[in-house]
Amino acid sequence: MSNIKKAFENGKAFIPFITCGDPDLETTAATVRAAVANGADLIELGIPFSDPTAEGPVIQAANIRALKGGVKTDKVFSLVRELRKDVTVPMVFMTYANVVFSYGSERFISTCAEIGIDGLILPDIPFEEREEFLPVCRKYGVDLISLIAPTSENRIGMIAKEAEGFIYLVSSLGVTGVRSEINTDLESIVSIIRKNTDIPCAIGFGISTPEQAKKMADISDGAIVGSAIIKQLAQYGTAAPEHIGAYVKEMKDAIR
Amino acid sequence: MTNQKGRFGVHGGQYIPETLMNAVIELEEAYDHYKNDPEFNRELSELFNDYAGRPSRLYYAKKMTEDLGGAKIYLKREDLNHTGAHKINNVLGQALLAKKMGKTRLIAETGAGQHGVATATAAALMGLDCVVFMGEEDTKRQALNVYRMRLLGSEVVPVKSGTATLKDAVSEAMREWTTRIADTHYCLGSVMGPHPFPTIVRDFQAVISKEIKEQMLQKEGRLPDAVIACVGGGSNAIGSFYHFIGDSSVRLIGCEAAGRGIDTFETAATISTGRLGIFHGMKSYFCQDEDGQIAPVYSISAGLDYPGVGPEHAHLHDIGRAEYVAVTDEEAVRAFEYLSKTEGIIPAIESSHAVAHAIKIAPAMDKDKIIVITVSGRGDKDCAAIARYRGEDIHE
Repeated sequence: MSNIKKAFENGKAFIPFITCGDPDLETTAATVRAAVANGADLIELGIPFSDPTAEGPVIQAANIRALKGGVKTDKVFSLVRELRKDVTVPMVFMTYANVVFSYGSERFISTCAEIGIDGLILPDIPFEEREEFLPVCRKYGVDLISLIAPTSENRIGMIAKEAEGFIYLVSSLGVTGVRSEINTDLESIVSIIRKNTDIPCAIGFGISTPEQAKKMADISDGAIVGSAIIKQLAQYGTAAPEHIGAYVKEMKDAIR
Repeated sequence: MTNQKGRFGVHGGQYIPETLMNAVIELEEAYDHYKNDPEFNRELSELFNDYAGRPSRLYYAKKMTEDLGGAKIYLKREDLNHTGAHKINNVLGQALLAKKMGKTRLIAETGAGQHGVATATAAALMGLDCVVFMGEEDTKRQALNVYRMRLLGSEVVPVKSGTATLKDAVSEAMREWTTRIADTHYCLGSVMGPHPFPTIVRDFQAVISKEIKEQMLQKEGRLPDAVIACVGGGSNAIGSFYHFIGDSSVRLIGCEAAGRGIDTFETAATISTGRLGIFHGMKSYFCQDEDGQIAPVYSISAGLDYPGVGPEHAHLHDIGRAEYVAVTDEEAVRAFEYLSKTEGIIPAIESSHAVAHAIKIAPAMDKDKIIVITVSGRGDKDCAAIARYRGEDIHE
């Protein structure tokens, strides 16, 4: 059991996603600190991957910028060590299976535990393949976060029962990215999740405005926002942390 | 213990987003049902024979055999299929399956354009909508195939992300599938991706080795000593190998694209230069850097320009049942020219990789040995690119 539950003790959780090294690791560190200072409850750190198949164009571009900037897995670990000197909110990594597998599952996950990473989100590891990393995650106390999608239907109960940390409920079909409307019947999905587990459930994919975040947080335990933050990094570059801090405050105030 | 579903040794599996899981489960259930359904198999045979022109010929390449002075060489003429490549075998199977599943729309990735053209063809035939994702770089290398797909009524989406080649087309098709599952079947073109695709595609392509075996027994009264095919994802190769896997006397040789050489960064030879990884839904060998970032591969052949290899090939390599060799651009181009001049058969630049390896090994083999080369496709689509490679600026 990791520290993730703490993120849900302060009302509804606001969870920003930040791609490490976009445009550079110093900006990532400043962005994380700005988000935490303004009420972020849990930080989702993306380790860039060359071919992020679950991402829309905005986060794809962030991955490319970060890799072009020379980000390596070891540099991301150093960033987290540095952040952990003062950042106490739970942090999780979001990356793709090959980044972990290639580094060596045991080596990667034990390092996560050592530097203070609480969980791992791997969008290309569905329930059926979780044994690839789960035994090692359990050994080191790093939660392997389960995702549930609008198409999960008969699978929701099965996934929820085994879930650890929190459940990442994908709001819509498709890839990450800002959406004007979210039409999935999320309330029904959340109610099935609630029947099967006590762990918190946060909704992500497509959320960008305070109104959307409030709506999502009202029916769950929190809102995850990625592309809307990455867009500000793309727009403001190294000056983005200040803008993102203000944005996080607005979003957290809306869902609190 | 990892999930054993759809595994070939340690390879394979279903490494895909949760959003797609019910879609692949639905596909697996439908396939398990229809593969044993006599009506489905009758319809598919009819399509293979009357529409695609099967069985394809097994041709004794007499001049090539005499010129090389060693093993007797036969060509399995998949280039003579409708649409000019082996790709139609898989596509007719999957399109028929999609139709039975009540799907009304096909999406596909394509590298050289052969799979895209085949999918567009099957979609036209069966009255399905079709969208093909093709790397922007490949739309330039294979402009004629882009036109063909549009002529057949399909939409072609140029993919600009990443290296704008086959791997990016696969990623984009997967992304598209997650947005629209209910009415859409992803008609994957090779023996790769998540289970059940490597098995489904293999089964539909296995008609190649089934025919080779029958034809060889008829012509020579015995099995061949070697079967050679090119490998990108590996669909024509697994199709050519499948019914010989249990026949240990038959050498199975897959030819990967070495590009400018396996000691350069401009290569697509996965088994020679890659290592075990997880990507595009499967565990297999991939060209990647030390951090697991997928490498930007290169080959003159758009159809072999892929950083991974199908999981069954990875397994056949692990257990030593099949050999995998790397063939350079230059060797493939020479083979392209050689087969054209020697036999009057213009092979696809992909297939030319297999021809090139046969040219290397045949002379040292005894005259009573037999090699079968699968000519997976015709080379008309490659003429402009090969001319450019040779310094002649011709435009289609």
